[in-house]
Amino acid sequence: MKDALDTAFGGAEPATMLDTSEHPAADGTPGSTAAGTAGSTADDSDLYTRRSFASRLSVADTVFRSVSYSAGGITVAIMLAVGLFLSLRAGDALRVAGFSFLTEPAWSPETQTFGIAAVLSGTITIALVAMCVSVPLALGTSLLISEIVPPRLKATLVTLVDLMAAVPSVVFGLWGAFFLQANVIPVASWISTYFAWIPIFQVTSASGARLTDASAFTSSAFIAGIVVGLMVVPTQTSVMREAFSQAPAGEREAALALGSTRWGMIREVVIPFGRGGIIGGTMLGLGRALGETIAVYMIISPVFVINWEVLKTGTNSVSALIALRYGESSEFGLSALMAAGLVLFVITLAINFTASSVVARSRSGAESEA
Amino acid sequence: MTINIDRDQTEVLHGGSAAGVPASEEVMRQEVAPRSIPNGSTMIPDRDGLEIGPRRKVHGSTLDDRFNLVGALLAGGALASLLFGWFTPMTGGIGWVVIAFLSFLALYAVLVALRSDGQQVKDRLITVLLCSAGILLFAALVFVVIYTVVRGSSALPHLNFFTQTMKLAGPLDPLDMGGVLHAIVGTLIQISIALAITIPLGITTAVFLNEVGGRFARLVRTVADAMTALPSIVAGLFVYAAVISLITHERSGFAASLAITVMMLPIVIRASDVVLRLVAGNLREASYALGATRWRMVWHVVLPTARSGLVTAVILGTARGIGETSPVLLTSGVTAEMNVNPFSGPMISLPLQVFDFVKSPEPNMVARGFGTAAVLIVLVLALFALARVIGGQGSTQLSGRQQRAAAGASARDIHRIQTKARDIEAARRAAADHTASTSAHTTAETSTDTDTDTSTKGTPS
Repeated sequence: MKDALDTAFGGAEPATMLDTSEHPAADGTPGSTAAGTAGSTADDSDLYTRRSFASRLSVADTVFRSVSYSAGGITVAIMLAVGLFLSLRAGDALRVAGFSFLTEPAWSPETQTFGIAAVLSGTITIALVAMCVSVPLALGTSLLISEIVPPRLKATLVTLVDLMAAVPSVVFGLWGAFFLQANVIPVASWISTYFAWIPIFQVTSASGARLTDASAFTSSAFIAGIVVGLMVVPTQTSVMREAFSQAPAGEREAALALGSTRWGMIREVVIPFGRGGIIGGTMLGLGRALGETIAVYMIISPVFVINWEVLKTGTNSVSALIALRYGESSEFGLSALMAAGLVLFVITLAINFTASSVVARSRSGAESEA
Repeated sequence: MTINIDRDQTEVLHGGSAAGVPASEEVMRQEVAPRSIPNGSTMIPDRDGLEIGPRRKVHGSTLDDRFNLVGALLAGGALASLLFGWFTPMTGGIGWVVIAFLSFLALYAVLVALRSDGQQVKDRLITVLLCSAGILLFAALVFVVIYTVVRGSSALPHLNFFTQTMKLAGPLDPLDMGGVLHAIVGTLIQISIALAITIPLGITTAVFLNEVGGRFARLVRTVADAMTALPSIVAGLFVYAAVISLITHERSGFAASLAITVMMLPIVIRASDVVLRLVAGNLREASYALGATRWRMVWHVVLPTARSGLVTAVILGTARGIGETSPVLLTSGVTAEMNVNPFSGPMISLPLQVFDFVKSPEPNMVARGFGTAAVLIVLVLALFALARVIGGQGSTQLSGRQQRAAAGASARDIHRIQTKARDIEAARRAAADHTASTSAHTTAETSTDTDTDTSTKGTPS
């Protein structure tokens, strides 16, 4: 009873409270039992009325709640504003162009003939070349870091990879435009000479004749793809390494104890466990490669025809189109650019969500990292 | 040793039965006996006279491995040189490297196969391939950075590069005229405005996601995740169409800051979200149990615990934001003059200045472009290093000064609590004395005593 009261009143002023309730019992008079019972029933009715567990927020908490709610609200508002504004403004152009927006290669909103067939195919070509460069490198490097190098070197390499992810894209663009452009032409020429029987490696003029001139190989999707590929390798590497390092030690040791070589262990344990990471990392990199602007813009020479010959000069991408044409655009031209930007955004969004759900599903714990 | 014990026991048992002593005595002897005989107990084996071989190296490579590797490397290079120089009409540096690498792989496989089976050969080949992938990648990335710095080194030594603007310098002017001070200042102003918006908004949103939660928080998280997919050029286009063409009608540093903010905000939110989620739940519960309100819990427990992680998140976001070219390209405008007013007139930043310089065919302008890119790289790398230094120390590690401060605070708290307890005790006694005339006096006194008892008893547990 006393303890209960103490707790109930937080032990703040026990003396005065106990005074009244204890007095009849300590008194020892014949009426004490009755009085005590009466007292306790009175108290009980107080005690056992259901205490509401809903805590009343203090003023500071109310303010905190509303401030944090409004911060979340502002964030969502900004983000939704971007999406809604893009969709609304893109609507004008899309209504005019209709379905031909996806099939028309030319871009002249002034004459109402415009579409993203050329720029989108160029974007995809560049991104695919980038994936061909980046995925083997990222896979190899992440396995190297997570499985082979000694721990001390490992920390250094991880830092180096993260560091490289922060190098601005304009720097990669400079390197691509001033160094790679000149040095990769012999390679491109060689590939087109010996692998011309594969259609995408052909380099032909409009009339179908084979081109061997060095100028036919500059500013191609191949060169842009290599540069973009190098840019996305660090992102992919860190996602894949994260996934590989989560392969359970017990199963690794089991594989080794059964006499497997290190490669056998990697093939049977690490890669199956990291499969989600491989797919997710690849797709995250693909999303970045599709949206890359400045490095592509510095390297390619924009054309508005669908060009599947990756080694041949001239390609285009959605983001390069926006960077190229935003300045001279009329109100309607801007709306057409917005439509192109919206399509790009929707594609990268779909890829990113797929990637993050694949990565999240492959993880056992609740932790998640960018 | 086990055999010894067995023999001892059998001997003892036999001896017992032969002497005919009672069984209990037998048992006692049996218990005592092994203690006196060293053979019977567990003992550390005598190391004297034992030959201990050198510790086997489980990691690392054997002499054989090293020989195979070096031999294959040399042979591969030699073979490629032979092919290129004498036997075939092949030319070109890249071709030489490719042929040399392929022949190195083949020779290495043959060398390994001489001493081991197919599994080993596969293992060694894959290891070599993985190492080559890593070396190729790091070499390429480091080369990208070094190439930029080296090409920019003709512009960097001139001090005027950092103290002047391009206002009076034309494309044909030598490198000792003009500089990129205006771009450096522009970058700093733009990133400061972007940070002034991003830090409070981003961190408060991350706190909201973690501490308040609910259905709306899930929506916020999904939207923030979606926004990380926003291509940077589209963010620039949004600001261009929504702010510049509708409201201000001129490009300005502020518009560029807004575009950078739209890019940075999701990055900062996601990174801080992860960091806040790592704050241990028992710290939160402890502070609630001590009666803290949610706000005080966040301010005094969650944020200080996650401080280093939050700083890292912000700095990484900043490094991204500084390097973004495409949103700035559409929103800030190009100028050769110093402009410190973000609300009017074009204000150039470092990445855009690089882009603008290298568009010119003049070698001096290209050199300036590379120099500017080198400045940008140094800035980004410095920020990154700062993030590593701050993020490197865990949240629970305190520096010496912080430790002393924490100890001091604890001591003050103890002092405060004790003084307060003494005051309360004194007040209570005074009150008890005051009511001494009433019959309640004794009861109050005893109850106070028991109360103190329970409290002292309660404290250690």
